[in-house]
Amino acid sequence: MASNIVLSEVEYNVVGKRHLRPDGVDKVTGRAQYGADVQLTGLLQGKVLRSPHAHALIKSIDTSAAETFPGVHAVVTAADLPFASLSREELGGEYQRLKLASNHVLASDKALFKGHPIAAVAAESQHVAEEAARLIRVEYEVLPPAMTVRQAMESDAPLLHEDLFTSELGELSDKPSNVASHMAFETGDLDEGLKQADVVLEREFETASVHQGYIEPHNSTAFCNTDGQLNIWCSTQGPFVVRTSVADILRHPVSRVKVTPMEIGGGFGGKITAYLEPIAALLSRKSGRPVKVLMTRTEVFEASGPAPGTWMKVKLGVTSEGKITAADIFLAFEAGAFPGSPVMQGAACALACYDVPNARINGYDVVVNKPKTAAYRAPGSPQAAFAVESVIDEICEQMGMDPVEFRLRNASREGVRRVEGPIFRRIGLVECLEAARNHDHYKAPLEGPNRGRGVAAGFWFNRGFQSAVNISVNPDGTVNLIEGSVDIGGSRASIAQQAAETLGIAYEDVKPTVVDTDSIGYTMVTGGSRTTFATGWAAIEAAEDVKTQMVERAARIWDTPVEDVQYIDGVLSHKSDPELRMTFRELARQLLGTGGGITGASNVDPTGEGNGFGVHIVDVEVDPDTGKTTILRYTAVQDAGKAIHPSYVEGQMQGGVVQGIGWALNEEYFFNDQGQMMNSSFLDYRMPTALDLPMIDTVIVEVANPGHPYGVRGVGEVPIVPPLAAIGSAISHAVGRRIDRLPANPGAVLEALS
Amino acid sequence: MEAIEFTTPKTIDEAVQAMASKGDRARALAGGTDLLVQLRGGRRSADLVVDLKEVPELNEISYSPGSGLTIGAATPCYRLYANADVAANYPGLVDSASLIGSIQIQGRASFGGNLCNSAPSADAIPPMIALGAVANIIGPSGSRQVPVEDFCTGPGRNVLEPGELLVSINIPAPAANSGANYLRFIPRNEMDIAVAGVGSAVVLDASGQNFVSARIALASVAPTPVFCKAAGDSLAGKAVSDEAIEEAARLAMEDAKPITDMRGTIRQRIHLVGVLTRRTLNNAIKRARGEE
Repeated sequence: MASNIVLSEVEYNVVGKRHLRPDGVDKVTGRAQYGADVQLTGLLQGKVLRSPHAHALIKSIDTSAAETFPGVHAVVTAADLPFASLSREELGGEYQRLKLASNHVLASDKALFKGHPIAAVAAESQHVAEEAARLIRVEYEVLPPAMTVRQAMESDAPLLHEDLFTSELGELSDKPSNVASHMAFETGDLDEGLKQADVVLEREFETASVHQGYIEPHNSTAFCNTDGQLNIWCSTQGPFVVRTSVADILRHPVSRVKVTPMEIGGGFGGKITAYLEPIAALLSRKSGRPVKVLMTRTEVFEASGPAPGTWMKVKLGVTSEGKITAADIFLAFEAGAFPGSPVMQGAACALACYDVPNARINGYDVVVNKPKTAAYRAPGSPQAAFAVESVIDEICEQMGMDPVEFRLRNASREGVRRVEGPIFRRIGLVECLEAARNHDHYKAPLEGPNRGRGVAAGFWFNRGFQSAVNISVNPDGTVNLIEGSVDIGGSRASIAQQAAETLGIAYEDVKPTVVDTDSIGYTMVTGGSRTTFATGWAAIEAAEDVKTQMVERAARIWDTPVEDVQYIDGVLSHKSDPELRMTFRELARQLLGTGGGITGASNVDPTGEGNGFGVHIVDVEVDPDTGKTTILRYTAVQDAGKAIHPSYVEGQMQGGVVQGIGWALNEEYFFNDQGQMMNSSFLDYRMPTALDLPMIDTVIVEVANPGHPYGVRGVGEVPIVPPLAAIGSAISHAVGRRIDRLPANPGAVLEALS
Repeated sequence: MEAIEFTTPKTIDEAVQAMASKGDRARALAGGTDLLVQLRGGRRSADLVVDLKEVPELNEISYSPGSGLTIGAATPCYRLYANADVAANYPGLVDSASLIGSIQIQGRASFGGNLCNSAPSADAIPPMIALGAVANIIGPSGSRQVPVEDFCTGPGRNVLEPGELLVSINIPAPAANSGANYLRFIPRNEMDIAVAGVGSAVVLDASGQNFVSARIALASVAPTPVFCKAAGDSLAGKAVSDEAIEEAARLAMEDAKPITDMRGTIRQRIHLVGVLTRRTLNNAIKRARGEE
């Protein structure tokens, strides 16, 4: 492994060290409690009945046989949801938030994808629930499905929603359409930019629907007391988001909903939407008993939120010196059954790596008869990068330019304005490109037939948003850190490190706990690569609050003005009297007798997020007889700002690469001509296994984010952005044909070769 | 709700009685890597599951140069590749036993179960056909032998009558100057189902330069595993050459009648039969010559 490149000049005591994770022992010994482990007195088991059709009118639902089946306690349908049947006129601006969200949870008049929930049963056991669900009679009128953006954008395409009108650059169109919205970003003068170019290349791309593939299926347990208190235990990245969704969809007071996030077995953006929680809550409300509902793996594939399939066109103009003068980009993303694909993010990320003076990006959000898409690690950016970076690679090939050198000539840096408006603060793309150019991997010649090397860059915004942390001082000098951020990738550790650094105490003396929505202030999702940045910030502020109160307490004990007390590296001392000195631990022991305990609290919404960039290098070999690609070597370079916990940063980088390799090579939703997914299992949805991957080398570059006390940028999403393009380009060089569709599975590569 | 009975017979007689007592509602259980998944997924149903792991004859491996290799029907894959006689004499079987599923699956899954599950994609079946294996079946009306190439009759279907049980598989002792190989194509490197698979076995003359005989069998390219008699016979008596191998590959491709599905297309599968036939024949020849 190459060594990491530390450009920040501050040396810390706790931050930047590789500490043990607080949740590690529980997880490796099987003691950690996940949603499926929840047990309550009188617990019922739920089962969701789902549409077997991709597109069908629901003529009638007869639940009578299920309701009278022995052992059944409740059966629910969309008729139990308050907003399910209201019209666009009746709901106005709340149409999408309430009506479409309700219809997503339980279909009312139409089933819009195979797996769409139609009804649900709560019963004494899982078997009884399954048997009763089979007794529900649903009369469908099957409709032809629209499965891809190209199909759905045709003028005679089957319409998913009769009351969905295109939001055309902000104005609502007058004819219903599958195009939910058309947005555009523009800068400079595109025609002028194309005139200045010596080389203009336009290419078209497609990518398939893919799933995040988290190992733990969705689950939810709900208990609605007769007094209206609704408690929910579930696997989610955002307990506060679940609280809001459930309160909205069920018209339940938000203060009477308590969501407890259990340990989570992966999310990657896919565990933000509330799928089962409103259903479990309805079943509990109706039965008066706690109800647990679990998804099978098939249900996860068919009815949670994959990343969108796409259709994209990219036209770039470049001067003979290798400077980009113009970019014209078309992005059409599948939203799934309801509006809301990440096409806007895709559009904003598409050109973010480069200083492009003249550009136009058109984005279309298109509904199709597939499950509604959800966030997946840098949502929208990997697909857009695949298209843009592939065109850059082909231009470099045509012009005989080194792909890293080309990117350095065009790289975004401080002061460059992005196409959608914001101006970059200090960023580290140039440093990443230089690190890639200087890396052994890039310098090593690639020899042998059927081999190719690919390089690509990638961008993600990284996010701020709201977080809260409370820190209480214990009599033994340790502290309890209470947070609302679900720990997916080691954030208990990275947040505890920032608190320990700020307090000047040992990492082991901070005990972090993730709590329910009643027990901490509003905290946004663990997502957007925001947690170590924003919840870390909250921890720093809560720790500063503790320090202030500790100083006040020392002043009171020493009977001296507060201004005379200083707090340095976990030691309180009098500025002029060397006799007056206490460690954090010594003062902690005295707190209860000198005014009571101390709790620091903070609620933050920081805006100084540091944008993230990565540069990846990959070598592949393609078997010309079978079309199969083997990844020979992979190196990921990324600006982390400050790597609070380098091991977890490296883990995020490697994990993103692995998912990107799967996306590039084999993963896809495979549908039959009726729009039914045929490969809804890990056997046939081909994620990479350990035997499909090389050791993935990582280089962390640290260009500190000036917008965070320790320089954090956020790291979880950038590493999934470059792999699609890097691998596509590597295969293109290996086989001598451009790869413009993903996945580039063996069959597809074989076709390209023939 | 479905109640399923479960029984663990200790002898072949008890097993046959148990199987016969429920007719086609009884299912035999060896490693369970297919059956349990099918029952839980609702793709098969049963009233009685008969666990065969405590019947001695179904869990033995025996070899002698005279009678060849007998593999008890419930013997898991790992015991095949851990067996010195199998490793020395049947590398073509080891190819298959060591690539089915994963290490964990190989600890449970058996060749007998793979044969009785009768999936078109079964990885254990082509090498058994190539090596001339025979299935020993016992039932209420006695025992019978069926060549493995005649065992499967359709996807998930085979010659076993209700109440009948596969006891073991017999494979002749290897001839002098013989070799075999099985290869399958999968997009990943493990935990996958063959897009196409080919098992080849060759017998060369003492010089190692001429084919005496050959047998070739295919997986995943028809409703059942395919025995390519014409392709194998085309090699008999010919000198070992790229042309002869190419002709056998062409004949094997003619025998492939695949479908297009999520795992591959017709065109891709037929092409792969050609690729894998060439590769397995060349590997089998190397083994026959003792080069590997």
